[in-house]
Amino acid sequence: MAADRTKGEIRVGVFVCDCGLNIAGAVDCTAVSEYAKRLPDVVCVVQNKYTCADPGQNEIKDAIRQHHLNRVVIGSCTPRQHEPTFRQCVREAGLNPYLMEMANLREHCSWVHPGDREGATNKAKDLVASAVARARFLEPQEELTVAVSRAALVIGGGVAGIEAALELADAGHKVVLVEKEPSIGGTMAQLDKTYPTMDCSI
Amino acid sequence: MGLSSRKGIYIPFPQAVPCSYILNMEDCLGNNPIACGKCLEVCEKEAVNYDDQDEIVTREVGVIIVAIGLAVYDPTEMDEYGYTRFSNVITSIEFERLICAGGPTAGNFVRPSDRQPPKRIGFIQCVGSRNPKIGRPYCSNICCMNTIKDTLLLADHYPDVENVVFYQDIRAFGKSFEDMFQRSKEAGTRYIRGLPGDIEEDPQTGNLIVTVENTTSGGMERYELDMLVLSVGVEPPEDLAKISSMLTLTKTSDGFFMESHPKLKPVDAPTRGVYFAGFCEAPKDIKDSVCQAGAAASRGGALLNAGQIQIEAITSRIDEAACKKCGLCAAVCPYAAIIWKKGEAATVIEAACAGCGSCGAACPFGAITMRHFTDDQLIAQVRATLAENPQDKVFVFACSWCSYAGGDMAGISRIQYPSTNRVVRTMCSARVSEEMVLEAFRCGAPVVLVSGCHYADCHYINANRQTVVRVQRLWDKLEKAGVRPERLQLEWISAAEGQKFAQVMWRLEELRKAVTMEEIEQAREALKRKPKKVARQKTAAAAAG
Ligand SMILES: Cc1cc2nc3c(=O)[nH]c(=O)nc-3n(C[C@H](O)[C@H](O)[C@H](O)COP(=O)(O)OP(=O)(O)OC[C@H]3O[C@@H](n4cnc5c(N)ncnc54)[C@H](O)[C@@H]3O)c2cc1C
Ligand code: SF4
Ligand code: SF4
Ligand code: SF4
Repeated sequence: MAADRTKGEIRVGVFVCDCGLNIAGAVDCTAVSEYAKRLPDVVCVVQNKYTCADPGQNEIKDAIRQHHLNRVVIGSCTPRQHEPTFRQCVREAGLNPYLMEMANLREHCSWVHPGDREGATNKAKDLVASAVARARFLEPQEELTVAVSRAALVIGGGVAGIEAALELADAGHKVVLVEKEPSIGGTMAQLDKTYPTMDCSI
Repeated sequence: MGLSSRKGIYIPFPQAVPCSYILNMEDCLGNNPIACGKCLEVCEKEAVNYDDQDEIVTREVGVIIVAIGLAVYDPTEMDEYGYTRFSNVITSIEFERLICAGGPTAGNFVRPSDRQPPKRIGFIQCVGSRNPKIGRPYCSNICCMNTIKDTLLLADHYPDVENVVFYQDIRAFGKSFEDMFQRSKEAGTRYIRGLPGDIEEDPQTGNLIVTVENTTSGGMERYELDMLVLSVGVEPPEDLAKISSMLTLTKTSDGFFMESHPKLKPVDAPTRGVYFAGFCEAPKDIKDSVCQAGAAASRGGALLNAGQIQIEAITSRIDEAACKKCGLCAAVCPYAAIIWKKGEAATVIEAACAGCGSCGAACPFGAITMRHFTDDQLIAQVRATLAENPQDKVFVFACSWCSYAGGDMAGISRIQYPSTNRVVRTMCSARVSEEMVLEAFRCGAPVVLVSGCHYADCHYINANRQTVVRVQRLWDKLEKAGVRPERLQLEWISAAEGQKFAQVMWRLEELRKAVTMEEIEQAREALKRKPKKVARQKTAAAAAG
């Protein structure tokens, strides 16, 4: 079971992503990798060209197995974009997805400090150090699964709401359409002919 | 426009669905049936019910599609166009009623002042759009094409009318749009580049005198027209704020709903299970509204088919043994997810907890563990970030939904700001405890920022009100300890406000430069943990471990 890996010694793997030139263009990723090697409990550091691509993900999985990693830190883009990707990646290598942490070296660093390589590199080091510090305290978590009520609500009965409601109903789902006016139709119902076809709106 | 009147019982328009009569309670005399009651007498199916009331219906759903559309700009404030003063100045939506066979004039195109067919018709584009001066900087997307359509309709029905369109740019970028634009020109419509500065009315004829600088020729031009159509812009629907706070959604700077990701998740709302369709997400025409509706239905359908959803494991847990039964956590939970009775330990209903972390920040006894955002994890981040040269850094706590996302938006838009800031992410700004902020100062941070969603946008109902309470308490504490309270800053930055995020970072960098090494040292000393508190921390650590 994945949880067992967290017993005993903490072994952090750090993966620094160039993102092509998206990160490496403004941040010295090699210096960040070297710096990461000296951080507590870090046992392996890998610099990738594109961490999210298959070869990058395979490097993470290989490193997890080879170095018996039980924490993974990825210095790449915002977690708001790729956290699901990397959680899935470490899960596939047998690690609980909550043992993965990201440092935002792109949106919060390279993309906003393009003319300041030294400042951006220092910042990137700190962001990785912060992520590693956090990772050392990460614990495996189990997600709660809840059933989704099998019905949809569509708010607004204009052309968009009507279309969405019909599509869902055609696919066999129960749909409740709520319209605040006495009739559905929305703005289109106030139009005569509509472009580009110049036909009647309703 | 005052061209016809509506009865107290009516069908909204001939093709209405449901096609039934509605009582207009404001006009109906029969609210008191003794006074009137005529419709009741003539209805054989006895469908008239004066006492019918609104009722609240409860349905459980797994997916919500928000398709609340648009509102049309009211040009009253742009008085230079005389909309309220001259009767032959109308809006494009009024034009639709005038030319429609089902409209008040049965499709006879006449002008309001004398009900005569106009021969010279002008259109003014971008009324209430692309005008930062009145706070409406965006393009409404549909009005250029709508005007082109109107000129073609007029040319088709009344070949002798002369159309003039005053514009700044014609945006005809969709499939077959350029073709329509060319047809309009071929049909005789004149396109004058330049927006009129002034409109006058000839009081005798009701005609309109338009003065405009033609920016193509550079000359001033004067036009006498029988009628003027203001091609009004479109704005977010009236109920947007209401629906937004109900479903914890966000809006972009132009006021429409903010999607989860501008390129990769254009129909998803940030709240899972909620999707956008149509105009309310951004100005778009019918075709694009239908496309987005299809996409929203397919995204929602996929979730319904899956039949289940995983809840992120970031909920609160209370250690019963460590709980001192004070009830503070229950008092701050926006979801009423904590059950507490006087004299009893508090417990969390996991399915109701949304994971904001406000309770974790409120508990004075370290009895609460916020899964995946524990005190230990966040304090470790503070310490590691400020381990070296803290005096050079602006320390930022940012909530995941808004401020952190605003930072992402700055990145996506490549808006530059000083590289001195260091961001730590929490789900909600209410997760930031006083202890975390104090720890940052103890570690030597010159400036600390706590940032979250604007009040109305809080993703945890109103948890960020607790953020304010805590920051205010901290300001008092700092002041008492002789630390300048300005060194702790509070800002609301939305997910769309990349520009604001950058501006705040510039401002804080200035603030940081003004903090001296002596001040930093003084704060470290003055805010040192009291021995009693150390013991408390230990119990907390033991409880967590
Ligand atoms: C003057 C004008 C001319 C146009 N001409 C054209 C054209 O020729 N061709 C073209 O392609 N497009 C045209 N458009 C654009 C077109 O009208 C829109 O693209 C389309 O109507 C968008 O559909 P929708 O369903 O998103 O919004 P809407 O049609 O506005 O529908 C929204 C619906 O939601 C309802 N609603 C709002 N709030 C709530 C609530 N709280 N609860 C329940 N229901 C609610 C409203 O009552 C309404 O019925 C024109 C627009 C304007 C203003
Ligand atoms: S569509 Fe045309 S008229 Fe409308 S705001 Fe954009 S440029 Fe102006
Ligand atoms: S305050 Fe927030 S984290 Fe705590 S129980 Fe309530 S919803 Fe959950
Ligand atoms: S705030 Fe802490 S000590 Fe007080 S009731 Fe809640 S968990 Fe118990």
